[in-house]
Amino acid sequence: MEKSKDRGIRRFVEKIKDGIQQVPILKNIGMQKVLAFGALIIIYIFFAILGRNFTSSSTTLNILASSYYVGFLAIGVTFIIITGGIDLSLGALMMCSALVGGKLYRDMGVPLWIALIVMILFAVLVGLINGLMVTKLKLPPFIATLGTMMVCLGLGSIITNTSSKYFPTILESDGWFGRVFFKSANGFPLGAVYLVAFYLIAFIILNKTKIGRYIFAIGSNEEAVRLSGIKVDLWKTLAYVISGVGVGVGSILYAATYTVVIPNTGNGIELQAIAAVVIGGTSLSGGVGSLTGTMIGVFIMSILKTGLISMSLPAPYQTFFTGLVVIGAVLLDVYRNKKANQLKKI
Amino acid sequence: MEKTLLEMKDIEKQFPGVHALKKCYFGLREGEIHALVGENGAGKSTLMNILTGCIPFDSGDIFLSGEKQNFTTPKQAQEAGISMVHQELNLMDNLTVAQNIFIGRESKGLFVNDDLINERAKKLFERLNFHIDPKEKVGKLSVSHQQIVEIAKAISYNAKIIVFDEPSATLTSKEITQLFKIMKELRESGVSMIYISHRMDEIKRISDRVTVMRDGEYIGTKDSSVVEIDEVIQMMVGRVIYEEHKKISLIEKNTPVVLKADNYKSMDVKNVSFELYKGEILGFAGLIGAGRTELARLIFGADPKESGDLYLNGEKVDISSPYKAVVHGLGYLSEDRKRYGVVLGMSIANNIVLSKLKNYISRLFINENKIKKTAEEYVEMIDIRTPSTNQLVKSLSGGNQQKVIIAKWLLNNSDVLIFDEPTRGIDVGAKSEIYKIINDLAAKGKSIILISSELPEIIRMCDRVLVMYEGEHTATLMADDINQKTIMKYATKQ
Repeated sequence: MEKSKDRGIRRFVEKIKDGIQQVPILKNIGMQKVLAFGALIIIYIFFAILGRNFTSSSTTLNILASSYYVGFLAIGVTFIIITGGIDLSLGALMMCSALVGGKLYRDMGVPLWIALIVMILFAVLVGLINGLMVTKLKLPPFIATLGTMMVCLGLGSIITNTSSKYFPTILESDGWFGRVFFKSANGFPLGAVYLVAFYLIAFIILNKTKIGRYIFAIGSNEEAVRLSGIKVDLWKTLAYVISGVGVGVGSILYAATYTVVIPNTGNGIELQAIAAVVIGGTSLSGGVGSLTGTMIGVFIMSILKTGLISMSLPAPYQTFFTGLVVIGAVLLDVYRNKKANQLKKI
Repeated sequence: MEKTLLEMKDIEKQFPGVHALKKCYFGLREGEIHALVGENGAGKSTLMNILTGCIPFDSGDIFLSGEKQNFTTPKQAQEAGISMVHQELNLMDNLTVAQNIFIGRESKGLFVNDDLINERAKKLFERLNFHIDPKEKVGKLSVSHQQIVEIAKAISYNAKIIVFDEPSATLTSKEITQLFKIMKELRESGVSMIYISHRMDEIKRISDRVTVMRDGEYIGTKDSSVVEIDEVIQMMVGRVIYEEHKKISLIEKNTPVVLKADNYKSMDVKNVSFELYKGEILGFAGLIGAGRTELARLIFGADPKESGDLYLNGEKVDISSPYKAVVHGLGYLSEDRKRYGVVLGMSIANNIVLSKLKNYISRLFINENKIKKTAEEYVEMIDIRTPSTNQLVKSLSGGNQQKVIIAKWLLNNSDVLIFDEPTRGIDVGAKSEIYKIINDLAAKGKSIILISSELPEIIRMCDRVLVMYEGEHTATLMADDINQKTIMKYATKQ
């Protein structure tokens, strides 16, 4: 009984796959992404019917607004996951970097624009340290980044004496900060624009340059890349640095949106980012992945969040349903890999 | 022709617990094809990996055109004009054929241009006369096509020296002929090649000279045109390793059938049926990818099957998981000992009793004394070389690790034992001991399935041989038919 059910699912997946193969545009996109995109549409329609005012422009703006700082982390960590690594420090690092900026700006009188640059540099530096720990000190990425996560969490509290740091709102002096990084005059969430720009640049790096080629190759078979005479350590470290850039920009947008940064928070955002990457079809075992998928994953999560609110369900429901989506997405990934392995053996 | 291009002198290499190379020598002339032979574990691949900078060596000198070299990375060796076709497929499954071949040489700038490398790969395959789509993902290719991609990659470096590490193991005979043609053309254009192979007939077919290695040492170099193959084998083996010669099949008319497999089918196995008699050693022979391990795993319930019935002593049994297989008295000794066979960080005693631990528990607690007693019994019985049963399995040699696994299954009272490549990576002495244990087990009435890629092992050990080719059961051979030529005929389905 179990057997035939198993076979039934596989046949169903196979049928969808055949269908996809027959549509030329979809052929190169890959099945998981198509399924993820389908899920995105279905979830949207679901809330459009059941939610209150879900299709209104203000809800749409909310969806965009709640997507972007997770989006920056998710795009960055996609690079790391494709190399076969993981980064648990993202959330804590984003907050720590924002606190560093806040400390410089509020307590030390550093001009805001310099503080912002330092925020990005700080995140890049920690990314670099993560990368070097993984490549040069040979630490497992899970352990190395678990360490930096805790270090960042502690460091943020230490430098600020566990007091919150405030960034200027639109109405204060240095109000340009909010107008550039939060909302335009007509209320459009600018973070979403930066996210799309970051996505496009990352897309080109991952798919059109050597950097991306080597990152995919390392995740596929690191030893083979080494034997081909390529500096594996360099390119792998670069993946962590790219992720650091994402975190740095993310920390600026977070500060602009919420204006208050509280020490000892941020933990768990990295898990949302990783969940988005996984929903988008990037394999945690490395070598396979896509940024488009990651973006779809990010939006699935923000639609869930906004949609459940529009149905007057509190925040814990969002976490609950996101969990289910992650499990469903990974199940599909497992089935797909099983199929691919069987094909390979012939 | 006589000019020496490459010399490796007094090369020393120690791996933890293994002295892999002892004062090893190797010399290569300009424009020759030089065969490098030796048994498994003789150190051929290690020596070549040192030459190409893939692994570091402890001491010794490498001279290229008279100049001392010290390659520490594969890139340096490539720049000096040495490239290698690796034995284990060193490809990136998720990248395309062209991306694999030109990895590291995409372009001078930052951006990659797939159209360009696709075009170059297409031209390369045209020149080599192989038909492979440069845009296909490597993971989707067959094993033999993956090997061809490796070869194309090595050739594409325009190297002065190309090392081929057993490429013919996975190629079809037509592809081997094509490869040899390419190698001869390369020789014409002045390229020197080192060709590692297990197939004795290939020495005469392709090489100019042959160097023999044994147990990490250089034994000698001969001209291929004059040397007798028997002499090469004598040099490889050195001493007579296992006195018992091929036995005549013991299966008499009324020997009971212990195991009957009927119509086994999966992705990799095509409708295979066979019988296993009591006290018999049945060999599974075939090339890599023939489906031998896959068939064994199906029988053991380790992989899902599409169809197949199993009868033990005439009774139909349902074996859909390894657990059920063990309950019914089947034992499987995996080819990857370290991953699936033993728990490296545990003691010999604990490994032996692992699957029968419930018999060693008195009132909730594990009875260490009882475990020790059993372990000592088995250590004595199959001669595991160790100072104590508390020794961690990690610290044992490959041969002794294999014996620990055998002890584990014996304790399980398994009637049917499946040995998957039991002597891979084991030195010659321990090999003959493993053979002796297997023969003793068969003599005591255990039925044995022996999967092996080494034909001499199959020929020496088996009562009957089941030959497979790409998942198909092509022949069951007995008595005088068990010889190299007949087995190869069915294994390549010619």
